[in-house]
Parts: sequence; C-alpha cells; structure tokens
Amino acid sequence: MLYAVLCYNSEDVTSAWTKEQDDKVMRDLTSVQRKYVEAGKLGPVARLLPTTAATTLRHRPGETVVIDGPFAETKEQLLGFYLIDCTSLDEALEFARELSGANPAAGSYEIRPLSLYKPGELAP
Amino acid sequence: MTDTAWIDLALVSARPRAMGALLRYFRNLDLAEEAFQEACIRALKTWPTNGPPRDPTAWLILVGRNSGIDRVRRQSRETALPPEELLSDVEDRESELADRLDGAHYRDDILRLLFVCSNPVLPATQQIALALRIVSGLSVKQIARAFLVGEAAMEQRITRAKARVAAAGIPFETPDATDRAERLAAVATMIYLVFNEGYSAMNGPDGVSADLCDEAIRLSRLLLRLFPAEPEIMGLTALLLLQHSRARARFDAHGAIVLLEDQDRQLWSRPMIAEALAMIDKAMRHRRPGPYQIQAAVAALHARAERPEQTDWEEIDLLYRALERLQPSPVVTLNRAVAVSKREGPEAALALVEPLADRLSGYFYFHGLRGGLLKQMGRVREARVAFDRAIALATNASEAAYIRKQLDHLAGDVDASGFVQRQR
Repeated sequence: MLYAVLCYNSEDVTSAWTKEQDDKVMRDLTSVQRKYVEAGKLGPVARLLPTTAATTLRHRPGETVVIDGPFAETKEQLLGFYLIDCTSLDEALEFARELSGANPAAGSYEIRPLSLYKPGELAP
Repeated sequence: MTDTAWIDLALVSARPRAMGALLRYFRNLDLAEEAFQEACIRALKTWPTNGPPRDPTAWLILVGRNSGIDRVRRQSRETALPPEELLSDVEDRESELADRLDGAHYRDDILRLLFVCSNPVLPATQQIALALRIVSGLSVKQIARAFLVGEAAMEQRITRAKARVAAAGIPFETPDATDRAERLAAVATMIYLVFNEGYSAMNGPDGVSADLCDEAIRLSRLLLRLFPAEPEIMGLTALLLLQHSRARARFDAHGAIVLLEDQDRQLWSRPMIAEALAMIDKAMRHRRPGPYQIQAAVAALHARAERPEQTDWEEIDLLYRALERLQPSPVVTLNRAVAVSKREGPEAALALVEPLADRLSGYFYFHGLRGGLLKQMGRVREARVAFDRAIALATNASEAAYIRKQLDHLAGDVDASGFVQRQR
C-alpha cells in the first residue's frame, strides 16, 4: 500500500533553527530514509519552502480567488512530505516514528493512504 | 540537539508573540521583558520534567503575566504606583488566551512590539540594538560583539533607546489601516537596517554578522506571515534572501570583497534564490510596485544569470530608472551608473557619476566606482586618486582590501604600459 507521510510542524519553530541545526536535522532525516531507499520502498521526498512563498487558489462555482499564503491559518504548517510503500499501517507508523526521532520540533506526521499515484515524467 | 536545546528553540520562536502580548498587558517594555524572562526561567525549570506544554506560547504569556503582576504588586507596596488600572486584560484565563492567539489580535501585538523598536525617534544604531535585544532576544554581549563595541557601551545604548521609546509613548490603540501601513513601513526599514548591519560588517560566510542577516530574514518572514498580502514585505524578504544567498561567494580567502561579476555563482544558495523568486512572482501579481520590490527585482536578474555576461543590464537600467522616480537618491543613480557602464561603456557611466560628487563625496562606493570607471578608460592617475579616496573612506577591512587589490592592478597595468611611473 502506498502512503503519503505529511509533515506538519510549527514554522515559527523550524524557522528559528540556525543553519547548523537545520543541516543536522536534514542529515538525520536523510539517514532515517536510507534503509527505506535501499529496500526500494521510498518514493518522492519533498521539503516545501516556507508558507510565505505559498499562494492559494480558492474556487467556488463561477469564480476563483487567488490569495497569498496557505488558506487556513493554523498552528502547524505542512512543511514537507514523503511517499512510501509499506506493507501495513504499522510499518508506515514506524517510518514516521523514526522521522520524528530525527526532528527536534514538536509536530505531527499524517499518514495518508493513496488512492491514485502517477509517478509522472519529472526527472530530478 | 541537547536535551534543553528544544526548550531554547521553543523560547526563541515564542518570543515575538509572547513579548508582544506582555507588552500589551503591561504597557511597559522593561516590565514585559522581565516578565518574559521570568517565564523562561520557569520553563527551563519545569519543562524538562513535565514535558512541553500543549501551547508553549500561551504558557509563557500566562506565566509571564502572573509573574509581572506579582512584581508590580511588590513594587506598589514601596512606591504608590497605580498598577491595576494600567494592567489591561487581567481577567484572561489560559483558554481564552490560547483562543486569542489564534485571532487576528496577536498580529497587532507583534507589529506593535516591532514598531516600538523601529520608532523613527531612534537613530538607526539604537533601532537595531533594541530590536535584537527585545524581539530577537539576543544577549547584550552578543549584540555588543556584532557591533564591535564593549558590553557596557551596548548596555548603555539599549537603556538610552528604551528611555527614548518610553518618552515617545508606546501606541496602544488598535491601529487603523493608515497607522498599520506606517508601522509596517517603519518596521520594514528597521529589519533592513538589521540586515545591513550584518551584511556590511561581514567578512566571511559565518560569524556574528551572518547571524544578524539570518535574524533579519527571520523577522522579515515573520512579518510576512502576519501580513501575507503586502507586496513590499514580499519584496523586502526577497531582497534580503537574494543578497544573503551570495554570502559564501562575497569574500575571497583573505576576506577581501569579491565583486558580483567575479563571484563563483556555484556558491550562491539555490534554496534562498528559489524562495526569493517565488516571493517576487507573488508580489508582482499585486501590481503595487515599491522600492523593495524593485531592488529585489534587480537582485533577481543577477540571480537568474548563470554567467555575468548573461546579466540583463538593460532591464536593470530600467528598474533603477523606476526606482529613481519612486525614491530619488544619488545612491540609486550611482547603482544605475553600473548598468549604464555595462551597456554603453565607462564614458556614459562616468557622465552620470560625476554630477553626484557633491552629495556622495564621503561615500566609499562613489569613489570606488569612479576609480573603476577611470581605470577602464585608462585614466590611471585619476583612478589612483579616486581609489585613494575610497580606501580612506572604507568602513571595514574587506572594503579596504578590495581597493588595495585595485591599486595593485593599477600599478601592474602602469608597469606594463610604461606610461606612468609607479608612485610610492
């Protein structure tokens, strides 16, 4: 089963990381991913730019509105995501648990099964 | 990360919001600061054993508010202060407090806190020092190190700034649209000053000066999260990111400045550039150009050129013309002269630069650019005079080192051509 693992953290906190702290978190997260990569289970991994770089298109029948930033103002923001192929929810949870161990910021990992996946042609 | 590092981070990230709320309660910068300090001390004591609270910011505000009230009560027994009437919103409870944090309320709290530090009654150096102390929470020692002054002198500068702010009065009424726009503009200027302080003192990619640049970018993003639809704040954020993206390429191994066209563009930070370009795209949609957006657009044209010769100097010339109309200043014209020199040659640029002599005679870059143009035109003796003026006006070692290099080249050229004897 394919799962998306969506990472939510407080941007206030992650943006207060120093470059050294940020680099360390990225290194630690990469080493968590390694065994999943080697097992051929890990798909695309993405880190998103700050929500200040975001734009939202809202639409209702007959009109669209473009707004700056994410639509909902929340305490935690979607800052990145993984796609992973797991045999069970437990395995996906274990992956998320390992990621959380490498990430010092409080937050949450939403584990969301996919209903459609098209890998696309985009080469990195 | 060590066991308490997460607490430090939580305190740093909660600071602007918590300090903003405490300033609203106590209407006094010192009291708000002491209250926040006290809350931090309690957090360091209790969080390691109890774990982090559900909402660290709300926790800090509540604990800080209570300790501040205690302090005011203690003081009022000695001096007859009228504390209770001055304390607003004393009936808050934590749940309400947390709700309020989610409301639009905190935006004005943080803006007020930033604005207090950006008050135009303060000279630039005091604005920067106060913001770093109050909003960013840097220690006096850290700030003193960034400014290359002693701790006592910095302490005094901050105390003086606080006294000025208190005398000027802190605005507590909810701002209307005009007030808000004015405050935003003042705060943007202050953030730019913080960045510039770091940027101009930098002589390598790391160190205290680079930290100031990072801090300015953090404040700018914070401001943009509060006011997500302000194109000038997008422009400011983009401008700071683009300038800072070049930090690793700006200096050679000896700490001398490396000019834009000589920089190794591989060293530019791609994530910062990507973020900035996204921000400029967003800002353009609003069709409300402003000085920060235009300067960011210029910086973006440099960022987009893979090699210096791919730089779109024509567009840069146009952008600086737009900036001259919007915000006429000899420094802007000086910058445009660089674009003109690339498009039309040094003669045309020099014609633009010479009339600025009166107003820019004390400006390092004026003489530096003039010297460079004269050098290109083979007017070696005049170039040397201009470079000598520049070196005398250099504000740091990197600037001086760069000019010294130009003078060395000049000496080399002269020797090679044999027209002019080396002057010692």
